[in-house]
Amino acid sequence: MGQDPELLRRLLRAKDRMDAASDEDWPVPRLARESGVSAAHFARSFKEAFGVPPHRYLLTRRIERAKAMLRDTELSVTEIAFETGWQSLGTFGRIFRDITGDSPGAIRERERAGGGEMERIPACFLRAAHRPDLKIAVSEKRRQEADGQDGSIESGAPEGAAASQQEDL
Amino acid sequence: MSQGVEVVGLYVRDQEEALKFYVDQVGFKVHTDVRNGDYRWLTVQHPEQPSFQLGLFTPQAPMVDATTAQALKELVAKGAMPPLVLVVDDCRASYDRMRANGVEFTQEPVARFGSVDAGFRDPSGNGWKLIEARR
Repeated sequence: MGQDPELLRRLLRAKDRMDAASDEDWPVPRLARESGVSAAHFARSFKEAFGVPPHRYLLTRRIERAKAMLRDTELSVTEIAFETGWQSLGTFGRIFRDITGDSPGAIRERERAGGGEMERIPACFLRAAHRPDLKIAVSEKRRQEADGQDGSIESGAPEGAAASQQEDL
Repeated sequence: MSQGVEVVGLYVRDQEEALKFYVDQVGFKVHTDVRNGDYRWLTVQHPEQPSFQLGLFTPQAPMVDATTAQALKELVAKGAMPPLVLVVDDCRASYDRMRANGVEFTQEPVARFGSVDAGFRDPSGNGWKLIEARR
């Protein structure tokens, strides 16, 4: 603690930009520009604020997206690697294993084998909860093609729950 | 409905800024704006949701001590506060309107899961999902 909230808000802007386009390259000078601070200041402040260096954060985001695509799509591991911003399949596999402790193929099987009530949680929040660096138990349900799969909590749901449903898994 | 949740509060870094944002840029209305010394009870309301108020509060004494207030301000600015969801009839139209009003979007509208959603933040750092109601 002890960082200037105004600075943190600007660092958040750079973090948001990485979230929105994690497949793109985000060298520190580009991120620093988003935050309106010097490159040296940015790297140091970002790590202090969010606990990881910006590059590490970006890799984590890419792996998170890759995990979601392994679970939710029929794309091949190679297609997912390129889709999530890696230049080489080898690098993807290495970083993936480094962050998740497992191979993309194994993760795909495991994520799809789970079950549960996850379909009620808006997808974006679910992804954040399962961000690979967080130690949260993963019990997931393979999501099938989205449309019309969520009739389960139609009745009696308060407005907020109805809202969550919109981005249903 | 006579029972239920009436007010849920957000922490904001500056109430005047937040008021302008939620009223002028997002399209809410002021519900209550009352001052008592340094303290300001400020709530806004969605025009179509008369039973619910969104409170816009600064972390400050006497509710919290100065150290806690600083910590809360940092957390808000880091985007660490809980999720907020605004449901709209037409996500892309709302996105266009709010963007034209200067709202900072973190995610453009994306069609998925049978709906369309976008993401934006208030000036303080509170993150919202803008989700299209399924017809």
